[in-house]
Amino acid sequence: MDDLYRENILDHYRHPRNYGEIEQATIVQHEHNPLCGDQLSIYLLVENERIVDVKFKGKGCAISQASASMLSEELAGKSVDEAKAFDKQTILDLLGIPIGPVRLKCALLSLKTLKAGLYGVNLVDDDEDSL
Amino acid sequence: MSVQTTLDVNAIREQFPLLDQSINGHRLAYLDSTATAQKPLAVLDAMDRYYRTINANVHRGVYQISEAATEAYEGTRRTIGRFIGAKSTKEIIFTRNATEAINLVAQSWGRANLQAGDRILLTVSEHHSNLVPWQLLAAQIGVELDFIELDAQGRLDLGNLDQLLTKRTKLVAMTHMSNVLGTINPVEQVIAAAKQVGALVLLDGAQSVPHLPINVQALGCDFLAFSGHKMCGPTGIGVLWARRELLEAMPPFMGGGDMIKRVGLRESSWNDLPWKFEAGTPAIAEAIGLGAAIDFLNELGMQAIHERERQLTHYAWDKLSAIDGLTIFGPPAAERGGLLSFTLAGVHAHDVAAILDTQGIAVRAGHHCTHPLHDIFGVPATVRASFYLYTLEEEIDRLAEALVLARDTFQL
Repeated sequence: MDDLYRENILDHYRHPRNYGEIEQATIVQHEHNPLCGDQLSIYLLVENERIVDVKFKGKGCAISQASASMLSEELAGKSVDEAKAFDKQTILDLLGIPIGPVRLKCALLSLKTLKAGLYGVNLVDDDEDSL
Repeated sequence: MSVQTTLDVNAIREQFPLLDQSINGHRLAYLDSTATAQKPLAVLDAMDRYYRTINANVHRGVYQISEAATEAYEGTRRTIGRFIGAKSTKEIIFTRNATEAINLVAQSWGRANLQAGDRILLTVSEHHSNLVPWQLLAAQIGVELDFIELDAQGRLDLGNLDQLLTKRTKLVAMTHMSNVLGTINPVEQVIAAAKQVGALVLLDGAQSVPHLPINVQALGCDFLAFSGHKMCGPTGIGVLWARRELLEAMPPFMGGGDMIKRVGLRESSWNDLPWKFEAGTPAIAEAIGLGAAIDFLNELGMQAIHERERQLTHYAWDKLSAIDGLTIFGPPAAERGGLLSFTLAGVHAHDVAAILDTQGIAVRAGHHCTHPLHDIFGVPATVRASFYLYTLEEEIDRLAEALVLARDTFQL
């Protein structure tokens, strides 16, 4: 078996951190990845421009769900501006495994959902179109 | 032409150079021929020879290599016509693929012959290529779409076919063989019923033409669409077959060079069949490659290929259904062609496919261009393993072992 299903990825998939909903959430965002049918909802409770609670719910492949679980841990306690600064590299560093172009959409679904929630629009370009 | 009754799979494999490679340290097991088939040397050589020796535009030049290119291109039309039992080369229209062939029928025949309130009968298991073109037509001219549903085992439910075929039903468009369930549909029964109400029948042969002996006269259909690349030919070439009288009456699909007889500034007249539907420089090398692919398949015999796939499907069915947590979708092995779509409990299809890839096994994971069908199953994605004339039992053994590995990796 190669690096793709490293134990910590499987651990986050089997035991997702911060799984669930926040009833009083300030921001709720649902996104999906039509390619594989991965689904993700992120719930953020924001107080004084700081993320005081994070939850997520979703269905999909191990990469997409582990990415969301890891991101949720990273988000707790961050300011909104800090969260806005998260980028593709943040996610790839969290996952710590090589991600091919096809699975990138799975890996970045969490970031896409977060950014869409924070900005109200989708700002994440998950297509590998660089020349 | 010699027709064999059994296939020498090892000898066949030597004709497919791509299969002889290792992926992630394992010999490649290519189990995704339903998406696209591998290409034998005969096809690679025919296309290479064309480009090296007779590359020239067709139907134009009066010089020798252009005539040779034209003869090779048009020769493929004869090969295809004989392969599917057409009556004339005028009935063989080259397209990019089955998708374009279906769009051609929708936009040319559909717009010219249908009006608001007319009905088109489809099945819920259609590939998007035989669904979306009709949705586009419905939005354009107001035709209505009806659907044959599936029974619990994934067979077409024909119990209410008489109600579905109304007086306003003008066309039945259905797949001959499902690209997800593998079901070989009882198209003869549907065609007979469609004729009772005067509806025409389009068969999506993308999966059946590469794998079964096909004769359009015996089937009694009116349109047949298929793709070259799923039958050992190159990408970029497909075929629409239709009854000549239908094609004669249909307006052109696309305009441009080669499809015209005479062009004025404000109006033009159309070329004869089949060129009326072939605007612009066609995929010449690809057509020649498809001809070589059909010669290759004929040499082995479509019946022998079909029987070999039947063996493989039974073999795979037994192997895979013995795996705990694995669910196969669709009818039993005896009713299907060479493919199995399945899920592994607790492991997403993409994760399954990624783990199989680490073992050098290539399968498809996703919705296989059938969103509605997957909605009916209630699963976002399935894994599909598909077989062709070069597939080995040993590859299916490796598939089964790797699936157990995937299940154990996730320990769910």
